[in-house]
Order: sequence, then C-alpha cells, then structure tokens
Amino acid sequence: MSMMRYAEALNQALREEMQRDPTVFVFGEDIGRYGGVFKVTRGLMEEFGESRIRDTPISEQALAAMAVTAAMTGTRPVLEIMYADFMPLVLDALINQASIYEYLWDGVTMPFVLRTQGGGGAGAGAQHSKSLDALVAHIPGIKVVAPVTPADAKGLLKSAIRDSQPVVFLEHKLLYNQRDEVPDDPEHLIEIGKAKTVTEGRDVSIFATSRMVIESRKAAELLAADGISAEVIDLRSLRPLDLAAIKASIAKTHHAVVVNEGWRFCGYAAELSATIMDHAFDDLDAPVARVTLPDMPVPYSEPLEMAVLPNATKIAEAARNILK
Amino acid sequence: MKKNSPSIDERLEMHRRMILTRLLEERLGELHKAGKTRGPIHRCDGQEAVGVGATAMLSAEDFVTSTHRGHAHYIGKGLDVGRIAAEILGRETGYCGGRAGHMLIGDITQGLIGGNAIVGASIPAAAGMALSIQVRGASNVALCFFGDGAAQTGICHEAMNMAGLWKLPMVFLLEHNQYGLTVHQSVQSPVADLSIRGAGYAMPSEIVDGNDAVEVYRAVSAAVDRARRGEGPSLIEAKTYRWEGFSTSDMGGYQSEEDLAAWKARDPIRISYDSLVEAVGKERLDAVEKAAVAEVDRAVEQALAAPLPNFAVFEQSSPYAGAV
Repeated sequence: MSMMRYAEALNQALREEMQRDPTVFVFGEDIGRYGGVFKVTRGLMEEFGESRIRDTPISEQALAAMAVTAAMTGTRPVLEIMYADFMPLVLDALINQASIYEYLWDGVTMPFVLRTQGGGGAGAGAQHSKSLDALVAHIPGIKVVAPVTPADAKGLLKSAIRDSQPVVFLEHKLLYNQRDEVPDDPEHLIEIGKAKTVTEGRDVSIFATSRMVIESRKAAELLAADGISAEVIDLRSLRPLDLAAIKASIAKTHHAVVVNEGWRFCGYAAELSATIMDHAFDDLDAPVARVTLPDMPVPYSEPLEMAVLPNATKIAEAARNILK
Repeated sequence: MKKNSPSIDERLEMHRRMILTRLLEERLGELHKAGKTRGPIHRCDGQEAVGVGATAMLSAEDFVTSTHRGHAHYIGKGLDVGRIAAEILGRETGYCGGRAGHMLIGDITQGLIGGNAIVGASIPAAAGMALSIQVRGASNVALCFFGDGAAQTGICHEAMNMAGLWKLPMVFLLEHNQYGLTVHQSVQSPVADLSIRGAGYAMPSEIVDGNDAVEVYRAVSAAVDRARRGEGPSLIEAKTYRWEGFSTSDMGGYQSEEDLAAWKARDPIRISYDSLVEAVGKERLDAVEKAAVAEVDRAVEQALAAPLPNFAVFEQSSPYAGAV
C-alpha cells in the first residue's frame, strides 16, 4: 500500500495499463505537455511519447466519435473530456454510435474509456459544475462508474481500460486531492458493477454516488448522534447497478435515501428510486427519499452554491423525515 | 497508361459492381412501391462510379465508413449482394440479421464499418480508425464517404483539422451529389467547390469527375498510396448527381429537368461501357451485364424467401443483458 492522492492513483492506473498493453493510448485537451488541468496525466508524455499521450485541439464531438472507432479497430483509447458539462458535445458519439454497434454488427468490441469530471463546490459556475450522470447512465450498452476513494479510482480505471465495452468514468473535481492508501499491486482491479458498503447500519440505507458518498458518511455521523443507525452504500458503478446490494440493504433497514449531485427531475436519483420501487417495494416502510441538486443552474458565489449543493445536513434531514 | 490507373480486369470488375448497384437500386424502388420494404430507402442511382471507383483498390484490411446512401460503397467494398438485399428486407440471413436495415450495414471482416445515418458521422469515424492505425504503426488506411451536406457539419471541420494536423493515414471522399436532402449546394455553402478547404488543413485536394469510375480510381489510388507512405490525408471531391429523390419518401419538385437530363446523359455505367468496349468487346460486356442481372434476381428472390428473424433475449455477457 502507498499513500497517494486520487489524481495520483488515476495516474498510476494509466501508467500501469499503458506499460501492460501497447494498444492503450490517452488523448484529450491539455493532457500531454501540461499533464492535464487536474494533473491526472502528469509525466506520462515523457514516458510514452506524443503518439500515445496525445494533446488534441478543442474538438470534443469528433474526439469522442474517434474514440469509438479507434476502439473498434484494435486500440484501447482513453479520452479525457475536461468537464462533465461538455458531455452534451459528445452525446452523439455515445448515443448514436457507441451504444448501437455491438447490437448491430457481429464481432464488434469497443474498449474505450471516456474520463471526465463533474460536480460543484469549487466556484466554477454554471457551465463547469454540473453532474450530468443521468445523461450517460441513460444510454444502453455503456457502463458508467464513479469512484470515490483513491484505491477505487485506481482499481476501477484499470478495470475500465481492460473492459471490452465503452465505459464512462466519472471523477469529481473535489476528490482529486483526497489522500488515502492505494494497493501497489498492478493487478488491483475492482469489478465494475459492485457497490461497496461504507458504513453498516440498521435503520436506513443511504445510496450515494461520487462525492455524495463522503457527505452521506458525514450524514450517518449526524444521524448516529440522534440514535439512528444509517447504512451508507457507495454504488461505485452507476450502470450496471448492483441490485443485489441495494435489495440486501433495504431488506435490513426498510428505508432508503438516494443521493446524487445531479438534477432531480428525470435524474439519476429518480432512476434509483424507481428501481428500488420495482425490486424492493415490499421491504419498504416509507417512500424513497431523494436528495439532489434542485432543478436550476449551479450558482457562482459561495453562499449561493452551498445553498443548492446536496450535503450531509440535507441527507440527514431526508433520512429523519422518512423515519418519522 | 497514367499512374495509378486500374487494369482492364479491375475496370471490368468496377463495371460489374456498378451494374449490380444500379440493378439493386432499381429493384429496391420496385419493392418499396410494392410495400415489401420497411422505412425509407436512399438510392444512389447515378452515383455508382464514386462508391465503386473509390473502393476498388482497397483491401479487406482497409477501413471504409459509409453514409445513409451506401449501397455502392457496400458493393464496392466487396460485400455480397444477396446478404445486402436480405438485410434490407429485414431477414435473418442479412448482414446484421435484420437488426440494422439499409442505412447501417456493417461487416467487420470486409472492413466496411459501416453505414452511418447521422449526417457527418462517417467523417470522424474514419479519422478514429486512422488514428488507431497510426498508434499501432500499421500500414492500412481508412476512407470516409460523405456528401456535400455532411461537409457543412462541425465534426467535418474537427476531423479534417486533426487528420491534417496528425497526418492520419486516410482519405476524405466527398461525394458531391449537389443536394443535402432537398436543399441545393448553392443554398448550403458560399463556395461550389468544397475541395478548396483542403488548403486549410494542409492536405492536398482534387476535384474529379464522379461519374467516371476510372478517374475516381486514379485519384483515390494516389491518395491511398500517399496515406500508406505516412504523408497524411487527402481530400477528393467527386462531382456527381443524385438521380432519384433523397429517399423513397421524397415528393420531389426541386430538381430541374435540364440538370437531370444532362447528368443522365453522363450515366456512369454508360461511360464505363464506352471506355471498355474497344478493349474487351461488346460480347464480354454483355455477358457481364447478363450475369449481374442474374445475380441481383437471385439475391432478391432468395432474400424474399429467407426467414424473418426471431427476437432473442440477450445473453448475460451482452452489453444489453437484462434489457428484455
């Protein structure tokens, strides 16, 4: 084990996979000489050269389309899209290209990873702070993962690169500097589709994604002070969803809070809520509670932004409400 | 003989493939009228020399991306007319088992990947394949077909810019048929000759007679050689004309009779016939045509007799597992 930052764990995953497989290459804006605006690709161009660590023009639409077909023809591209807010630019490549070919054409695999980062809390404003998880999790044929810890970041990125299907890899700008122990093992792989119980509890299950897992842990501490035992589950994989873990937790607690930093209406939390209703309705003692961003743009000024972002207090409040 | 000229055998084969394409289009028109096809069909009557001439020198290892109007590209790239007809008629024996339809036929084994009905999407698709070739250090090339309508998309610019910048091993084959859906090129672009754009991407460009398969072959063959030598992409603008409507649902009324008559007088199959008759004799050309008629008759007859597909539940390993 080594202590490192989340960004360093991602860097290590990229380096190890590029050393292991010469068909892996990384491309995107500012990722080469500069090392990435969040420093994830720092030092890789020196080691792997300008062909496999490729700085690109600002051309997200074509870049994403190119990742799809490069993956169909013998390489494993890792494309960095600097902000999740730019994901609308790449949706044609995901929805009309990547999503359909394994269905239509025999013998196709598309082993590409699209890394991006979203989320608020950094004062980046309405075009650089969103969580658009639902936009990509909506698409059949594409996996979506969102690691929270440095160890999961490394293990999930390595698994994503080795996967034969497209994977959208969601990072969060406030997680890059989180430090924790990371396994040194170059075969440290986290299976895509498996949730993780972060805190065990008896009274209410809190299902969260990305940075909201950290807020949910804090919420569990607040609830513990009130004598409420909350179980926090880090979904890690938004699609495919670990339905077994969700059902097992609700069978124990009979109460569910779902937390996602994206918009509420037609959002990822709405899908989670509907899925729980489909599969665990008989185990529920109360309606599922949703904690999300309100349906509005993310504001800039700190008190305005903090007012809209989901946090531990809002999550704890939602849990108390359904336990009344 | 001029450099990059096709041999007599290659010209005969192009002649045969153009006839196959024309006969298929005519049969599809009849089948559509008889209510035996589903959805719109985009015929390429009059444009056969572009699709067939631009693919005749490629091997199965070279990649071609096509459009919604791809039948000449499919046949040019060596796909079987019987399996094309079966796919268009929604049969189990079609290239994609009836899952794709006429706009989305793909065959990995022949490097035709594939049809693409999002206008412009074939362009970055080929650029991604060329990027894969370059990263792997392979010697094959990618070629994209796209129309004058697609040339006005943003991804066309993005892909051409990156191809020129990185000297990607590819050919941009602009199949200029004068119309984007119903809108004439003069209402879509301030310039009639789009090849002028090559200069902006540091790539050589050339206008060729798109109704002369030999001229198309020569230009593309030189561009393919250049790409294989690692000297980068080329833009070839093949001027042609769409005889039939945008699709079988087109109500018409926007093409001038004079234009249509002038272009029909320059039928690519007639041009090919006239240029070959002295060298090979009328009997041989008649035999080629007779065999083509029999092949298309057989293709359509067998497709109509083939079974319709059964809907199957996805296996656990499928990206669509659990969907149904």
